[in-house]
Amino acid sequence: MNLKLRVWRQRSAAEKGQMVTYQVADVSPDMSFLEMLDVLNEQLIMNGEDPVSFDHDCREGICGSCGVMINGRAHGNGLFDGHPQTATCQLHMRSFKDGDTIDVEPWRATAFPLIKDLAVDRSALDRIIQSGGYISAPTGTAPEAHSILVAKKDSDAAFDAATCIGCGACVAACPNASSMLFTSSKVVHLGLLPQGQPERNDRVINMIHQQDLEGFGGCTNIGECSVSCPKGISMENISRLNHDLLGALRAGARPKS
Amino acid sequence: MEPNFGGVVTVTNSGQRRTPKVAKTSSVAKKAVMAVSGIILVLYLIAHMVGNLKLFAGAETFNGYSEWIRRIGEPAVPGQTVLWVIRIVLLVAVVAHAWAAVSLWKQAKRARPTQYVARKAVAQSYASRTMRWGGVILALFIVYHILDLTLGVANPEGPGSTPYDRAIAGFLNPIVTAVYVIALLALGFHLRHGIWSATQTLGQSNRTRERTVNAFATVFAVVLTAGFLIPPLSVLVGIIE
Repeated sequence: MNLKLRVWRQRSAAEKGQMVTYQVADVSPDMSFLEMLDVLNEQLIMNGEDPVSFDHDCREGICGSCGVMINGRAHGNGLFDGHPQTATCQLHMRSFKDGDTIDVEPWRATAFPLIKDLAVDRSALDRIIQSGGYISAPTGTAPEAHSILVAKKDSDAAFDAATCIGCGACVAACPNASSMLFTSSKVVHLGLLPQGQPERNDRVINMIHQQDLEGFGGCTNIGECSVSCPKGISMENISRLNHDLLGALRAGARPKS
Repeated sequence: MEPNFGGVVTVTNSGQRRTPKVAKTSSVAKKAVMAVSGIILVLYLIAHMVGNLKLFAGAETFNGYSEWIRRIGEPAVPGQTVLWVIRIVLLVAVVAHAWAAVSLWKQAKRARPTQYVARKAVAQSYASRTMRWGGVILALFIVYHILDLTLGVANPEGPGSTPYDRAIAGFLNPIVTAVYVIALLALGFHLRHGIWSATQTLGQSNRTRERTVNAFATVFAVVLTAGFLIPPLSVLVGIIE
């Protein structure tokens, strides 16, 4: 199939960027979206042009490295009826038709400064994790698994939250550029388990504090995040985070400075 | 911090975490302010809507009801005490609601200064998309509404008239009624998303409750808006004279 791509090209954060149109010929429907970009880059290198920068690693939908806006949707999620929500690497070209024009843009948020072209710096999410996404556990031999019992529904919900791969699609899709779905999945997956209880109040306070400091917007419960998430993380996590935060404020927890 | 080689514990500074400069009110706390003030306003709106329907009971009943509102709590407290307490609570709620909204609006604008060339929304509703400008419309409407029917200065009957006469005179003008209809539809959409959003913000939603909360929000918004729309439209078409 032959495609027309309009790709955001920007040499650095300091320079101005623009959409640049490229024709890509003989794209196989079995290629992933990233493989199609590889084909474009080979073409650009052969012509002596600068290849398009984009982040990628596992290409199996589990590492969270890749992610671009495809026709105005994060990872293209929500564009194709019946297509499961995936990361960009698991979107295949069979979802498109011959002759399609595809817009490709980077995640846009103050907290995700642009590095080059489609690559953005998502270390703000790492700093949110550092501010509270951990538990204190004694080191040594692994304890007997049955010594701490976890209710099935809690372990299920915690695991659902833990499937977040930190790709940043929720921020990219949010009209407020809020990272609430990301932060809430981290707060909930630890907060639902007994091992996460000692830091529960501090965790939510510090992680939200860091989220605000990084320059993310606030949540207005619109729901674009959840339908853009490659893991389909539910909005209920945001409600659980809010519940934890209000409880922590009542308990007198304040952000660590 | 210097590594402590003499003791048991060695502490290293992560150096990664940015030092928070000012302890700002968290975005979630602002949302909670918005949710609680919104609930206060919604409770008032229910009473307001029920009171409006008394227009159908005639001038005497309606004006008598208006008089009663001014006398609530008498003789235990002086006249108009309860009325003024309600007014102050409402004013504080409106100001807090608007402060939180403006502050979060600014934060959202700062969070994405560069817009997408192509953006396609699939999850947002008309109600959720229009919360902010809808709120601005409602704030302007509240000012006009008080000048029109509470103080009477923007009403054809003037300040000295009875509440019933002001309502009839105002709503007989199709332009005035149109303004009310637009504002009330904006209110309906604002409530539709607001009720759902407040439930989320106060941490009361989950996957099973989500559908019920959304269904309730729609039904509540429709019923309240319809209840508010019936009296002005009835005056306009001559059912109330």
